[in-house]
Amino acid sequence: MDTPVGARLPNPIRPAFDRGERDDSVVVSIGPSHPATHGTIQVIAALDGERVQRVDVHCGYLHRGFEKECEDHTWHNLIPYVDRLNYCSGLINDFAYCEAVETLMDVEITPRCRYLRTLLSEYSRLADHLTCVAASLMELGAMTAFLYLVMIRDYIYEHLADLTGARVTYTYGRVGGLARDLPAGWLARLAEILEQYEMFIARIHGLVDRNRIFIDRMRDVGVISTAEAINFGFTGPILRSTGSPRDLRKDMPYLAYAELDFEVPVGIKGDNYDRYYCRMREMDESVHMIRQLMNMLPAGPINVDDRRCTLPEKHLVYTEIESLINHFKLIMDGPDVPAGDVYAAHEAPNGELGFYLVSTGGGTPYKVHVRSPSFVHMGGVHRLLEGYQLADIIPTFGSVNMIGGECDR
Amino acid sequence: MSTPIRARILQEVVPADGEGRVAHGMPEITVPAAALLELVRRLKDEFQFDMFLDVTAVDWPQRTPRFDVVYHFYSTTHLLRLRLKTRVPVAEPVVDSLVSLYGSAGFMERECHDMYGIVFRGNADLRPILLYEGFVGHPLRKDYGKTQEQPLVPYRT
Repeated sequence: MDTPVGARLPNPIRPAFDRGERDDSVVVSIGPSHPATHGTIQVIAALDGERVQRVDVHCGYLHRGFEKECEDHTWHNLIPYVDRLNYCSGLINDFAYCEAVETLMDVEITPRCRYLRTLLSEYSRLADHLTCVAASLMELGAMTAFLYLVMIRDYIYEHLADLTGARVTYTYGRVGGLARDLPAGWLARLAEILEQYEMFIARIHGLVDRNRIFIDRMRDVGVISTAEAINFGFTGPILRSTGSPRDLRKDMPYLAYAELDFEVPVGIKGDNYDRYYCRMREMDESVHMIRQLMNMLPAGPINVDDRRCTLPEKHLVYTEIESLINHFKLIMDGPDVPAGDVYAAHEAPNGELGFYLVSTGGGTPYKVHVRSPSFVHMGGVHRLLEGYQLADIIPTFGSVNMIGGECDR
Repeated sequence: MSTPIRARILQEVVPADGEGRVAHGMPEITVPAAALLELVRRLKDEFQFDMFLDVTAVDWPQRTPRFDVVYHFYSTTHLLRLRLKTRVPVAEPVVDSLVSLYGSAGFMERECHDMYGIVFRGNADLRPILLYEGFVGHPLRKDYGKTQEQPLVPYRT
């Protein structure tokens, strides 16, 4: 596969095959420098004319040693880092990670924190699905739909920036709570954005759902059965699009999901169209949940009153020696997490996002492992691509919503 | 619904030379590497653990055998997760691959091989996945320095 252009440099990958099934098959390399592969995925495809015979998917172009780096920082200092796993919904990473640490420490978060985390998880899911649907529509040429959707997403990003100080990488979760409480007027603006979401999502339905071009590209393309999806470890909208209602929010309820009224939308046959529609319906369910949560938010503190993980209030740090020492120890040594290991998972927008943490006691993790849905999906995505047209790789890959940050870590 | 199945698993599946416990609500079984494949097959066939979620390793340089290989499974029937652990020595870090049982094993075992050098016997495709061809060593082992670099393209000076 060495091309003359790159002949001076070693090829970072070794393709699984260098010829196709037939003598006149062509082997092409797609990506990683291609907008539809997010700049991080390389697809080696053997083609028979325009039909894809076989593909070999390579990831790792965004590998940055996340897990290695984690072993060298305190439990709290990892939070900005986990934000950057799935950078479309950083808050869900924060909360899943914090829950794993809290389980090890046996910390129970306050009711207000629990409801706020649930609300923000659903808000993040909305932003993530908007990104995915918008990007996959744009890749099919639907620029208007893309602009409508990212406009709403931008309202959400700006709105989250009011809360957290950042548009994408929030660093908002804390072990035992949250960075800060809601600013004044935040919920009123949230209600406005949800109304605008509904107005524009109705336009998307009108533009796209029964659009002949869209249906021709999406229906019966990238089909996968429930049994095969489970075999390949698929979770989230991909698994649900096959008709299997597996959703951790219902199956193993965490945070406040057990108290909420919501449905788990499923597809019919697990093709691109079903994945699109599952995400559209899930966004509606998220909005439904956010509205319930806005009325359920209890008053009270957002951080647990536990000196092992929560920083003392600033005025106490400046006036009392105990609080000063407490602050110093938490910052310099990190929270003292008892020895043990734990696996905690949340239903991230793409599927099961799990953190496997090992502690030997003390302020620094011994090991942090992320079970990222995108990486597992890349292990089975060849089943969605093989047998279809070369041009179908783009919408199918888009409907999987691979996020380089969590795939390559 | 899930409590009886948890107890049943720990009663019926744990071999004589293994051990079982419940940690933070999740059943966890430790088995010798030789018994792993057979145990997983039983878990899949008799207890409907149909989804292979994750595999990773933990490096304990001071301990013999040095590595824990840690598996997580999920049952979409019982809505239950299960953790499986086995220990392998650094001289022969070999376990049986699960590719014959689960499609998801392919990529995840490749990653674990990349990062820890665990060899999954029966997985024919252990090419680098997150690392690149020609990378020397296994970066998540504790004796691989964090700042140790192997640039594929020389740095411009």
